[in-house]
Amino acid sequence: MNATTMAERVRRGEIAATALAEESLRAIRARNEELNVFLHVDEDGALATAARVDDAVARGEDPGRLAGVPIALKDNLCQVGIPTTCSSRILEGWRPPYSATVVERLLDAGAVPMGKTNLDEFAMGSSTETSAFGPTRNPLDPSRVPGGSSGGSAAAVAAAMTPLALGSDTGGSIRQPAALCGIVGVKPTYGLVSRYGLIAFASSLDQIGPFATDVADAALLLEVIAGHDPMDSTSLPEPAPSLVAHLGDGVAGRRIGLVRELLDGADEAIVASVRRAASVLEAAGATVVELSIPELHLGLSAYYLIAPAEASSNLARYDGVRYGLRINDEDVTAMNEATRTAGFGAEVKRRIMLGTYALSAGYYDAYYGQALKVRTQMRDAFRRAYRDVDMLLGATTPSVAFTFGSKTNDPMAMYLSDVFTIPTNLAGEAALSVPFGRGEADLPTGVQLLGPGRSEARLLAAAKVLEDAERG
Amino acid sequence: MSGLTRAEVAHVAKLARLRLSDEELDLFTVQLARILDHAADMQSLDLTGVVATAHPYDLINVVREDVVRPSLDRDAVLAAAPDAEDGCFAVPRIMGEES
Amino acid sequence: MALPEGWEMVVGLEVHTELRTATKMFCGCANVFGAEANTNVCPVCLGLPGSLPVLNERAVSMAMAIGMALHATIAPSTFHRKNYFYPDMPKDFQISQYDLPINSGGYLDLPDGSRVRIERAHLEEDTGKSTHLGVSGRIHGADRSLVDYNRSGVPLVEIVSGPDIRSAAQARLYASELRAVLIATGASDGRMEEGSMRIDANVSVRRSGEPFGTRCEIKNLNSLRSLHRAIEFEAQRQVKLIESGGVVRQETRHWDETVGATSTMRVKEEAEDYRYFREPDLVDLAPSAAWQQRVADALGPMPAERRAAVVALLGEVSDAQRDAIDVVIDLGLERFVHATHAAGGDVAVALARVANELAAAGDVSKLTEDAFVATVAMEAGGQLSATQAKTILADLLASGGEPRAVAAARGFEQLSADSLGGIVSALIDANPDEWSRFRDGDDKLAQFFIGLVMRETKGRANGKAVIAELHARR
Ligand SMILES: [Mg+2]
Ligand SMILES: [Zn+2]
Repeated sequence: MNATTMAERVRRGEIAATALAEESLRAIRARNEELNVFLHVDEDGALATAARVDDAVARGEDPGRLAGVPIALKDNLCQVGIPTTCSSRILEGWRPPYSATVVERLLDAGAVPMGKTNLDEFAMGSSTETSAFGPTRNPLDPSRVPGGSSGGSAAAVAAAMTPLALGSDTGGSIRQPAALCGIVGVKPTYGLVSRYGLIAFASSLDQIGPFATDVADAALLLEVIAGHDPMDSTSLPEPAPSLVAHLGDGVAGRRIGLVRELLDGADEAIVASVRRAASVLEAAGATVVELSIPELHLGLSAYYLIAPAEASSNLARYDGVRYGLRINDEDVTAMNEATRTAGFGAEVKRRIMLGTYALSAGYYDAYYGQALKVRTQMRDAFRRAYRDVDMLLGATTPSVAFTFGSKTNDPMAMYLSDVFTIPTNLAGEAALSVPFGRGEADLPTGVQLLGPGRSEARLLAAAKVLEDAERG
Repeated sequence: MSGLTRAEVAHVAKLARLRLSDEELDLFTVQLARILDHAADMQSLDLTGVVATAHPYDLINVVREDVVRPSLDRDAVLAAAPDAEDGCFAVPRIMGEES
Repeated sequence: MALPEGWEMVVGLEVHTELRTATKMFCGCANVFGAEANTNVCPVCLGLPGSLPVLNERAVSMAMAIGMALHATIAPSTFHRKNYFYPDMPKDFQISQYDLPINSGGYLDLPDGSRVRIERAHLEEDTGKSTHLGVSGRIHGADRSLVDYNRSGVPLVEIVSGPDIRSAAQARLYASELRAVLIATGASDGRMEEGSMRIDANVSVRRSGEPFGTRCEIKNLNSLRSLHRAIEFEAQRQVKLIESGGVVRQETRHWDETVGATSTMRVKEEAEDYRYFREPDLVDLAPSAAWQQRVADALGPMPAERRAAVVALLGEVSDAQRDAIDVVIDLGLERFVHATHAAGGDVAVALARVANELAAAGDVSKLTEDAFVATVAMEAGGQLSATQAKTILADLLASGGEPRAVAAARGFEQLSADSLGGIVSALIDANPDEWSRFRDGDDKLAQFFIGLVMRETKGRANGKAVIAELHARR
């Protein structure tokens, strides 16, 4: 039963939200120790929220579009009173005094947050291995990573602990784990979903988005969380797009660009999946053209200067003064240093160092300044492409889920696993990953659909075509 | 090669309020240099005249009305503090300038 | 205490003024002075993880009003992050304007006829405040500090002057004129004692005609007196240093009011690297022509013009009256003086009452211009003594009303001319020596008789009326 069906049945009074919450808790208990998906399970809160939904149904009130649907939250989203760590020692034990806008919207829609999921520390990573609380295992093959940074949220859905989850995508952190876990993940247009209450990694790139087992559920969840928020200055002013209503639009008459750079270096099986997706889309009435966007090759370099630069500033506030960890020392400066040195893991330190360097006097123009110009070129290149085609098609990742430790000793090798997803974040546009085909070890492969800003309805309709073909 | 030196890495660590052991300093110098070398593809581009993009979208004048909203409860705020005294956040002595 | 012959000081001032908005720069917390510590704080101004800033519209309007008052150019602007660690600063960066400030280029004309250029007047956020526990209560020697974030995120405009100031007196005049302008725009209350206006002074010296010398920055001068003394001291120090063969180091210095000297706080070094970059959580600011027009329309005349208008009513102006006019303009109360003039009343009396009684009251909302004009007329016309007029104004300021009714309720019925005449005659008879000296032309004795009449009438008599009675009998 998918989330859409669950909510319909709860609203009709056919199943109780509390029963769904209990079932979700059972599923979590069954595998959480093995997979390390949830860092915190809010059992009491979930049951209380579910009971409120059931009460509303009993009173004949509309409990909302996600009535009674259990959902997992990446542990960089603030929920009032619930421990929020970003998988970092530096925030261990912190309970935010406020909730993220997306969490408020979920609760308004009757969804039932079950707890907080594991991630790479401060969302910096592609495998959930940088979490201070141990890695998450891929439910499809526990010897492999679930991807990252939203590995816990992807795994929660893939392990059927919750039908839905929220993640955040700064350079691919939703799409990549979605692909590695065989589920749907959407990186919405920058500004479509409020970032208020999302603990920042790189502010100009971060975007919250949905994980779901199917395209319809992803569309429903995105519709619930999207839309203008006055608490986020970068929130788009237009009303949220209608997505669910367009799921059946198909691709007839659409022009789709198959991007060579989004296949370069990918496993053969993945390239095969993408090419097969192209023929499915053509069969459904689309015109697929092969094209090249050479600028995409520069994405990785620009991203690994821009994101760390913003992060170095966003993470300065973890200084031991107001919340979280403090390691005392003789004066404030020494206390700051001792706290940050003990509280941050190696990958976070590496990126803070890189970002601080890129912004520092004498290097700004060569690194950060140049990266911002490359970003302009990236955005312009996409815009040029979208003058000719309605959407782009490529691989989500170069490989299927990899084994633990295979990339941890070489930061650059890890960074390369986001090479296909990063350009969309730099351009601030929309993209999604939909499971399509199988690769090495019979693991799922993901196909990526990319579109201009606010093209989510179009991308989801195309993803639905692929999903339908795959499911027969 | 970026020519990143160990001294530069040490300086950056100081700016970022991080303490690095000698081994970490060596390791970071090598790792950061590799990342910066990868960025060399970008540095060699002639991008004179290209405008920098700091924001994906060109929104302007996003403002809010000057209307008071409730603040947080002080006890709740200070409960999260590693050290508090007298309704304030307490810190060890501050060396350096007064703000 | 001028500099030695052949030397000249070069001074530029950076003035930080807090804006009188209802809320902070980027959140809805109240912007008030003196609240209990950490009671006006929220996720945004505490820099909690996940919080985001949203710009206060009125702070922008006030910044533009300041720019307009300083003849500056208002242009599209951006916000940057200035990164450095400091416990008063919850995000460990300050949101400020950098290469594209909202106001740039402009000037301020001073009452002495000089003009000081304004380089920029930009928006930024204030920090919190720490109290240093320990022997001295000062930062050095304290073993622990307590931080209050109520001030964190209060909107500031930083006004940077050109290096055009050539004396401590001129610096003081600039600061006081700027303060009057800021108050006149409605953007600031100008309360230096509460820290709502704080000044940093960049001071260098040179031999006349030579290029600028190395400058030192004196931080956080919080009164006009400190500003004057600190600049004077610092310029003398630099001259002595150079004349004795030394070299001025570029550094930040601290002014100690009790010692009367500046001392080194921090030597500028390469470690000062703020890593400015565009604040990604805020979008660009480009106020429309309509927005700018609304601000311009709401902007009244500036102090120089308003002072001149009051002076014009008085003709000759004494030093005391000049000070009174400054007070009245700062408080924006000159409408009472103008109303008195329009009604044909005594402008000098009105000015004195406004600069003293009204200024002291703080809140004048209950006092109508008509009631004020009527009170002044009663005083000038001899129906009320000065003491009685002050009492009535105090009542009107506290609870409103009409002066005649208040006078009646207070029992300030006017002494009839007959009864005053009778009292004066009786006192002349009782003091023949003094009366004959007055008759012989010693006018000082008038005060003696007025004193007696006042005692007799318990202050109800009018001094001018007494003098008239005395002269009638001379
Ligand atoms: Mg400043
Ligand atoms: Zn606040």
